[in-house]
This record gives sequence, structure tokens and C-alpha cells, in this order.
Amino acid sequence: MKWVKVIVSFILTLSFLSFPSCAFQSDELLVDDEEFGLEGAPQHRSPEPIPTRSPPVTSPTRKRHSDLDSDSKIQFSLDHAFGDSDFSPAGTFSARLKTWSHGGQTLTKLRFSRNSFSDVEKEKFKNLLESDDFYRIRLPSNVLSPPGRDFIISSVKARCLPRESLDEHFVIHMEGVNVLAVNYGSPGSCPYPRNLKLPAKWSFSSHTVLKNSEQAPRAPVFTEEILGGENAEGEVVQPAERSFWAKYWMYLIPLGLIVMNAITQAMNMPEEQATGQVPAQGQPSAGAVQRGPSSAVRRR
Amino acid sequence: MAIRSFFLFILFFSSSLSPVFSLYEDQVGLMDWHQQYIGKVKQAVFSSQRAGRKRVVVSTEENVIASLDLRHGEIFWRHLLGADDVIDGIDIGLGKYVITLSSGGSILRSWNLPDGQMVWESSLQGPKHSKSFLLVPTNLKFDKDNVLVVFSNGRLHAISCIDGEVLWKKDFEAESFEVQQVIQPPGSDLIYVVGFAASYQFEMYQINAKNGELLKHESASFSSGFSGEVSLVSTETVVALDSTGSILLTISFQDGKISSQQTPISNLVEESLGPAVIIPSSVSGIFAIKTDAVTVFIRVIGEGKLEVVEKTTHEIAVSDALSISEDQEAFALIQHASSEIHLTVKLAHDWDGNLLKESVKMDRQRGLVHKVFINNYIRTDRSYGFRVLIVMEDHSLLLLQQGEIVWSREDGLASIIDVTTSELPVERNGVSVAKVEHNLFEWLKGHMLKLKGTLMLASPEDMAAIQSMRLKSSEKSKMTRDHNGFRKLLIVLTRAGKLFALHTGDGRIVWSHLLRSLHKSEACQSPIGLNLYQWQVPHHHAMDENPSVLVVSRCGPSSDAPGVLSFVDTYTGKELSSLSLDHAVVQVIPLPYTDSTEQRLHLLINADKHAHLYPKTSEALSIFKREFLNIYWYSVEDQNGIIKGHALKCKCTGEVADEFCFDTRDLWSVVFPSESEKIVATVTRKLNEVVHTQAKVVADQDVMYKYISRNLLFVATVAPKGSGEIGSVTPEESWLVAYLIDTVTGRILHRVTHHGLQGPVHAVFSENWVVYHYFNLRAHRYEMSVIEIYDQSRADNKDVWKLVLGKHNLTSPISLFSRPEVITKSQSYFFTHSLKAIAVTSTAKGITSKQLLLGTIGDQVLALDKRFLDPRRTVNPTQAEKEEGIIPLTDSLPIIPQSYVTHALRVEGLRGIITVPAKLESTTLVFAHGVDLFFTQLAPSRTYDSLTEDFSYALLLITIVALVAAIFVTWRLSERKELQEKWSFYSAFASQSTFSSLFLCDN
Repeated sequence: MKWVKVIVSFILTLSFLSFPSCAFQSDELLVDDEEFGLEGAPQHRSPEPIPTRSPPVTSPTRKRHSDLDSDSKIQFSLDHAFGDSDFSPAGTFSARLKTWSHGGQTLTKLRFSRNSFSDVEKEKFKNLLESDDFYRIRLPSNVLSPPGRDFIISSVKARCLPRESLDEHFVIHMEGVNVLAVNYGSPGSCPYPRNLKLPAKWSFSSHTVLKNSEQAPRAPVFTEEILGGENAEGEVVQPAERSFWAKYWMYLIPLGLIVMNAITQAMNMPEEQATGQVPAQGQPSAGAVQRGPSSAVRRR
Repeated sequence: MAIRSFFLFILFFSSSLSPVFSLYEDQVGLMDWHQQYIGKVKQAVFSSQRAGRKRVVVSTEENVIASLDLRHGEIFWRHLLGADDVIDGIDIGLGKYVITLSSGGSILRSWNLPDGQMVWESSLQGPKHSKSFLLVPTNLKFDKDNVLVVFSNGRLHAISCIDGEVLWKKDFEAESFEVQQVIQPPGSDLIYVVGFAASYQFEMYQINAKNGELLKHESASFSSGFSGEVSLVSTETVVALDSTGSILLTISFQDGKISSQQTPISNLVEESLGPAVIIPSSVSGIFAIKTDAVTVFIRVIGEGKLEVVEKTTHEIAVSDALSISEDQEAFALIQHASSEIHLTVKLAHDWDGNLLKESVKMDRQRGLVHKVFINNYIRTDRSYGFRVLIVMEDHSLLLLQQGEIVWSREDGLASIIDVTTSELPVERNGVSVAKVEHNLFEWLKGHMLKLKGTLMLASPEDMAAIQSMRLKSSEKSKMTRDHNGFRKLLIVLTRAGKLFALHTGDGRIVWSHLLRSLHKSEACQSPIGLNLYQWQVPHHHAMDENPSVLVVSRCGPSSDAPGVLSFVDTYTGKELSSLSLDHAVVQVIPLPYTDSTEQRLHLLINADKHAHLYPKTSEALSIFKREFLNIYWYSVEDQNGIIKGHALKCKCTGEVADEFCFDTRDLWSVVFPSESEKIVATVTRKLNEVVHTQAKVVADQDVMYKYISRNLLFVATVAPKGSGEIGSVTPEESWLVAYLIDTVTGRILHRVTHHGLQGPVHAVFSENWVVYHYFNLRAHRYEMSVIEIYDQSRADNKDVWKLVLGKHNLTSPISLFSRPEVITKSQSYFFTHSLKAIAVTSTAKGITSKQLLLGTIGDQVLALDKRFLDPRRTVNPTQAEKEEGIIPLTDSLPIIPQSYVTHALRVEGLRGIITVPAKLESTTLVFAHGVDLFFTQLAPSRTYDSLTEDFSYALLLITIVALVAAIFVTWRLSERKELQEKWSFYSAFASQSTFSSLFLCDN
């Protein structure tokens, strides 16, 4: 039953060829998420404004703890708008401003406190959900002297936010003390036919990520020797790693097929021999054909 | 025999499959064409050499100096000076040197007239910026050396014509002095420098031409002031206009004494004309003033007396004076009259007598005559003949002689603004058959020749005939659509406002049309063509409807000037209609929707951020309303460093109800800090790019999913300090930040900072990758980087069972409002050249691998395989990676000399590279334009889907015939053998049967 083996191995190879292996190793460079704050906002249920809400544009409140500590607290406000309405305060970001020895300033330890929706705002948000409109937010482009040159605006379809509560996700791209852009949206997916769904809880669960620019890797610089010498060596090592099967599968499969074919023929033959004698008699007569000329000669 | 032919067959196939990386010598010109232009001529000087070939030296607005054959208009030689090296003046010195003054009068060069070799170059500095003049006096000698007089940058120079040595110089440092004319009266050793000081004082300096000594300085003040230019009416008299443009001042400075006369224009011309300007000309005794409606020629008689000689309302152009004998000067005058132009050549002192009067039929598509240059020759009957070189409104250059256009050059094609393509008409029945029958004999003859060539029986003459036949194959220049999609029309908009249709087969001009809407008119003073868009591309009605293009232009240089739209039929070149808009056009967005007549919907954004929908039909509006919520766009304010995203809001809430006008709103904004970043490049994917598959199979049978979004924007910013020239900053204070921004939500998908880099940045975006080119200050080399972006949200779809059972998310719609899960891969490589342009090949289905087309600083186009810019290259790729086609990592990108697309040619002044897919998947059409035009076909993965042009059908035919013959022969042979065998078998059988019967009998 050797042909069975061959078939099995053939099917196996086929399956190896067609099924991709599942081991994918991501070589993603992990982003240096400075802070991953997660704050639900049910602390302030009252529609009353929180203390930091008073000015629409909060000036930074710096508190110098000591001269040694170059960190200082900083606050900047988040404004929101429903559809095309005007912006109104919606929360406050607080962070520590770290001043580096070389003069650069960066933000760390970002915290976010979100004001919960007032009844009016809830109503407005419901309207947004019904009309599938945009919920817009804005941040100052400079956290030290807001609003900087201009406000950073970002918006999302309101229907992307509600889940259990209102889930939102901020990615704030910083360059020193400047806010470059903010990516605002739901933390997960927002599948396209956006269905109308009201949140179970009218509170925000906010995720904030602060991102600074990545450094690009430098272009690789090779010296000439490495280029010249390495190639030959590398190629010598590589073929040894390949298995016999990997090397010769293209020959082995046809060979297997031929063998299979031969076996089936061989199996058929005894059957035929068993069933009919007449074809068997043909064999010698065929042999006679080869001997034909000699007999022809003889005939003359 | 059969075996031999079979062997031949095999041999043939193997040879046709062997890799051909580049072109063979005899393939040049088969699929490519190259056209040389010079641009709009600013100044022309005729070579006065008696012997040798007649030529004219011209300088153009494209900063080209060229020597043209006066008989045929061909280019003898030409030089393209740099973009900031504007030519101020040219002349011929000593009869054999072309002298050019350029770069605001600071570089003086001399070129050898016969071959264009540079003889010398000298740099002229001066105390302040001023007008510049170049004079080549014929009789001013200085130690047997001719002297050039150059006034530039507030300094007068005398320069040796032989070696460019400065003989003497004289500064004019007076703060307010503005030079107007530099005069060298023939036959004297004096130079006059005249000009205005403080805008109401006339100053005259008399200078000794031998040593630069100031002989006299006179000034006279005119309370009314001056405006515009002055016209020189004799060597010692100039005419100027006062500041109101209504009084003519005739100022003469004979013998160093300034005397003047004021003549109000109203005294000369009865009706009031409004403010006038002087037309600069150098005809002695006559000058011309021009108002809005009228051009007036005025003669100066004696002591400041003026007399009107002609008044015309026609458009008119005057040449400079040409001295034909000791005391006679002639000049040419061209007047328009409907479809003709009238050329008159007059003597300067005799207005009423004409030396020559000719009428020439002129194509209306050439517009008005802008410039005239006159030259004389001696006729066979020893009288004077005149020929003129004219520059038309469409920038073309024509030579008129004996009432005919001797030659013309379409030099408008040197300044292309935008390019688009159009299909040719579909071949109709009946046309092609007749043509073939007509040429049946030719066709047969051609194939016989080709057969001879294949069988190596052809003589050298035959070979030449075959080559010319291949080059002139009528197949490629037919005016119908071909099966492979190689034949197309390139629709080209030039700076002159003329639209050309070029045939891709041989580059000829199929039609040209000077757009009426781009014509100067009352409503639109200085129209500027902006862009071309495909307006209507009929697929369903391809037989009975013609495609059309949309030309967007605006009146005036500022971005809030009102726009003009015109629609042009691409088959005939007729302007179907034109629309003068009441709003500006800041941005044009072709929408991916068409109406039932297959007109594409376009959204025009004006300066107040209102969106206007075109075409203005109710059908278009209903289509638009359906997609209303799915339309997003972005705008880049590169001065402010802000990128904003927009969406539509509602109908315009203006005073006039306009159904097709919509209010917009800002959805997102990205504000780059002005102190650290400045936008230098923004690139998106081409709208019509086709991506074959999202999946990319990598080594080990793994799959990666490309992040393919039409809404990705690549932005490169550099440090504001580093936006200057290369080397102006240290590596520490220069950086480059690359961004990938989603233009619907404003998300920054990728952001990376490169330190020590500087612009200019050239980038190209295709599929899921972007390649950008910049300068590395640390390594002192140019570098190219690649960023590839992959979708991780689909990365789980690798399990076959999931795919089989349908548990995958490959068919679910993508929403950009979802949080993107992407990873990027990037890598940088050194590259030798600096670039002028960068593009990528595009094919019909996107299956063929891509090549980057790099316009190098040497004005050539280099094709570089995208595989070299793969971020997954490693030093030692594994076997699996090698099989996938990953090249071992090197630090720099190779430049393979054979991969120059332009082979031996140069596309002077290269500005842009456009790729268009052909219908044949393997092939892409490449059009590179600058001052020159170049077109070719490229097959980045070779022509795997068609036989090559040099495929020998004759050999195939012979092989088939031979095979069939062999089959017959062998059949006959085997039949005969079989018969023989049958006979022998029969006899053997007969004998055997007797044997066996004997045997049986024995039994």
C-alpha cells in the first residue's frame, strides 16, 4: 500500500502550501505612550459647573514647588460643540510640565477630568445622535499661552461614542508645549451603518494618550568590505538549512505521481490477466511483430 | 527535419523570454518621441555674418538662449540657464560671440556663435539694484579690442569682448538715481547715461568711453514728474511722459545742454484719450504711445516739434530699427485685420512710403502678434529684401518672408501648466478595411522586407528601409483607439492659455486652441490658466459622444480673483462653452460621481469657503444630495502651517438663493508650531490609481494587509531655518518631520522626525507607501525614505477556515471613524542625485510591479524599481525572503545606467512627469515635460502579456509551415513503414499460422 502513503504525503504538502502559518511576529515599534489615564466621570453628577469651568479659556496655573523641581502643574481646557453650535467648556486636562536641562519642555502625567453633560447638553447630544451629526471638541494649540495660534479642532460622528457609557479616546500629538493635533473618537471601531443607540449611562469614560514624535532611524551606513565580503559567505550558509523535501519537492511530486500511476497500472494488470486470456495471447503476437522482418526474410 | 524545426522553435521562445532591461539602439524612437522647444522669445538678434549658415540668436522667457536656423527654424544649439538666471539682454559681438547679460545684470557671458561653447563668463557687482543695459558698440575700439558697455546694478562697465576683462567701471551711487537709457552715439567716444532722480529730476551724465571719466553732469527738474519708460528718438533726444500720462516731454541734451519741450497729448490728438504709455522702440525720429483704445505714432521734427503720423485702433506691433545703409533705418510694423496680418516695412524718416507691404494669412488660434524682429537680406536682383520674426500670443515663433510663413515653432509647449489625457475616437466599421486594401501591396512589400530581415538576407538598404518603416509605422499614429490603449491624446494647457492635443504615437499636434476665456478682455484683465480636469469621459456613449475637459482659470494673480471655466471637446478642440464665475476658485475637487451623460461632478471651493457644485443641473444636484454626508476635503494653508478638514453643512445662507452653493464647516485642524515647523510638501494618492489587492503575501506564506485609503495625506515639514538653501544651516538646527494624516478625521496615523535633514522635499504617494527625497546634512548626501503603512485590523484574517466559513471582516465596510490599527515600516537609503520631479508608474489593474520615475538634476528620467525602496530589506534576507524578491540591504540606491527612461536624451528644464496607464496591464505611458517634451512607454515588469514589437511573426509562420510539412512527411513515412510492416507481419503471420497449424497437427 505504498501509493496510499504517497497520496497522503501529497495531500499534506498541498495543505502546507495553501495554509498560511499563524505565527506572525509584529515588529511594530511600541509607541511611547507617556500616560494612559482612564477616568470615569461620575464624580460630578450635578449640572453645576466645576471650579475650573469658569473662564472659557483657562490660563495655566503654574505652581512652583521648589527651585530644584523643574516641574510645574499646568491646566488647559477642553471645549466641545454639538453640531455647528458654539464651543463651550467640557473638561480640563491637567499635566506636569517638565523642563529639561537643554531647555525643552514636555508634558507628563496627563490627567483629564470631564464635566458630565447637563440636561441641556444631553438633549443636544440626543439630537446629534438622531441626525447622525458631528460632536466636535477643541484644544488650545499652545498649552502655556492658550489658545496659541489657533484652536485644534477634532470631531467625530456622535453615534460612534455611545456604548455602555460614552466612550471617548484622545490621542494628543505634542511638540514641546504645542499641541499639534488631537485624534478624537471612540476607543474601538465604529462600524459603518451607524445605528442609533442611546448610552445606558450618561457619563464619559475617557482614555487619553499623549504622543510625541518618534525619531526616525538613521540610514544604514555600510563600509565597502562588509558589502563585498558578506554576500558570498551568506549564500554558502543558507542552502544547508533547507530540508531535503524543501529542495526537491518539485521533483518528488511528479515522481510520486508517476509511481502512483505505475502502481495502479500494475494493479490493473493482474486483474486483466485474471479476467481474459485473449489479450494475453496478443502479447506474444506483438512480439512476433518485432520478429517480423526476420520472418519476412525467411518468407522469401 | 521536424526535430530541427522544433529545436528552432524552442530556441526562438527561449530568446524571446530572456530579460531585456533596456532599449536596443534600433528601438530608439519606436515608442518614444522627444521634442525640443525654447519658450517665448524675448529678444532676437540676427547673425550678420555674410558667409556661413544664416542664423538667429534668441533669448526666451524660459531662460534659454538658442541659435536657430533661419531657413528651417531648427535649433543649432541651445543653453538653458538656471531658473533664477533670467536673461536681461543678448547681442552679438565681433560677429562671432553671443553676449548674454543675465541674473539682474550680474553675470555676463560670451558664447561662441557657431557651436555654442562658452568662451568666458564674468561676474559684475555693483552698489545697488538697477535696470540693466547691454550695448555692443560697433566702432568703439580699445587697443584693437571691441568694447562692451554694460550698465547693471548702478555701475557702468566697459568690458573687453575677447576675454571678459573689465576695462573700467564707474559707479552711479546717487541714492535716488534711476537709470533709463544708456546711449552710445555711433562715431563718438562718448557714452550718455540718462535717468531720473527723485522722480522729478532729469539727470544726464556724459562719460568718456575710453576711460570712464565723467565729462559732464547736467540735471534739470520737471515739476510734473515722470511715468513709465522713455523712448529714444535720436542719439541725443529722449521722449518721456509726465506722471499723469497726458503731457509729452521732449528732452534733448545736445552738447551736454539739457533743453526740453512740453507738449500735451491733447494738442496732438483731438479727442481725450486718457493716460497713455510709451511703447518702447528705438526707431529714430518716431515713437509710439498707447492708450486703452488707440495707438498713436508721433514723429519728432526738429527742435522738439511733434507731429502725429498715424493713429490706429488695431492691435499693432513695432520692431526695433534696422540700419540698412549709412543713414537709412528701416522698421517693421504689423497690424491685425481679422484673419490676416499686414506687414509693412518703412524707412524711419519716410512714414508715408512703404519699402514692403505684405499680407499674410494667420491662424486665429495664434492670437495677436506680441513681438516683431526685422532682418534684411539681398535679393537676387540686388535689392533689399526683408524678413521678420514674429512672436505670437500663444508664444509661437514664425518667420515671414515674401508674404509667406516660412517656418513656425510651437514654443508655447515649453511652458506647460497642466496635462491630462483623453481617449481617441473608437474605430468605426468600414474605415480600417478600406485602408488596408488600399495599402495591401505596401503591406505585402513590408512583410517581405521584414521576412528578408529575419532570414538575414536583407541588404543594408533594406535594413534601413525596415528601420524607417518601423519608426513611421502608421499603426501608432492612427487617430483611433487601439486595443492596447497606447494611442491617446495628451491634452496640454500652456502658460499662454492655449490648449494643445498631442498624439501619443508620434507627438504631433492634433489640434490647438487658444482659449477665448483666457483671452484678455474688459472683464478679465490678466487671465491665468490653472488646471485641467476631465469633465466628461463617455464609456457607455463612446460612439456618439465626445469626451471633454474642463479648464479652470482665474482673472488675475490673486487667489480671490473670479474664476473662469471653459469646456473643450477633446476630439475637435472646440470650446463648447465657457462660464465666467462670480466667485473665486481656490480649490477644485473632482467628485467620484458622474451623471447620466457621464459628466463628472466637480466641487469648487471659493475664498469664503463656500462650495459650488458643477455642472449646475438638477440631476447632478440629486446625485450630490445622496452623497452629501460622505463628502470631506481638506485645505492646506502652507503660509500659516495649518491643515484643516472640511465637510458640507447646508445650502448657502446668502442674499441670493443658489441651490448649487453650500456652506461648509471645519471638522478638524492640525496646527504646526510656527517656530519649529514649516510645511514644504503635501502629497496624496492619485485619484484614479488602481490597487489590485490589499493583501501582500510576505515570506513564510504570511499575509499583511495594506492600509489602502484614498484619504491619506503625506505632509513633510522642516525647521523654518532649514527651508533655505542646502548648507545654510547646521545639522543641529535642522530637521524634517513626516506625517501621514487621515483627511476625513484629521488623525495623525504616523509621525516621525528625522534630525539633521533639509529640504527641498519631493514625495510620491501610491498604494500604501510614500517615498520622499531630501538632503541629509550629516551625511552630506541626498537620501530617500520610504514609509509603508499596513492595516492591523484585518491581520487576523489569515486562517483559511475563517475565510471558508465566512468568519472574517474582509467584506465589512471600513469606517474611518473607527480607531485605526495600523503599523508602519520605514527605511532610508542614500541616493546620488538631487531631484526635480518624482512620479510612479501606474497600470490599468495595478498588478504590475511599480517603478519610481525620478527626474534627475541632469534633466533625465531614471526608473528605479520600488523593490529597492522596500522597508523590509535586511542585510541577509532569508531564503524565503529572497524568493519573495527582497533585495539584500545596501545603504545606497543603485543607479543602473540602462534604466534611464530617456536613454541618451535630455528633457531640458524638466518640471513634471505624468504616468498614464495603458489598457495593456503591463504597460504604462510616461510623459515628461519641461522646456522639452518626452514621451515613452514603460513596462516595469516587462511585457509579460503581449509579444514584443520585435517578435518575428515570419519565423513563427515558417515554423508552423515546417511543422505541418514535417507532420505530413512523417505521416507518409510511417504509413509506408506500417504498410511494409503489415506485409511482413502478414507474411510472418502466414508462416506462423502454418507453423502453428503444423504444431496443432502435431498435437
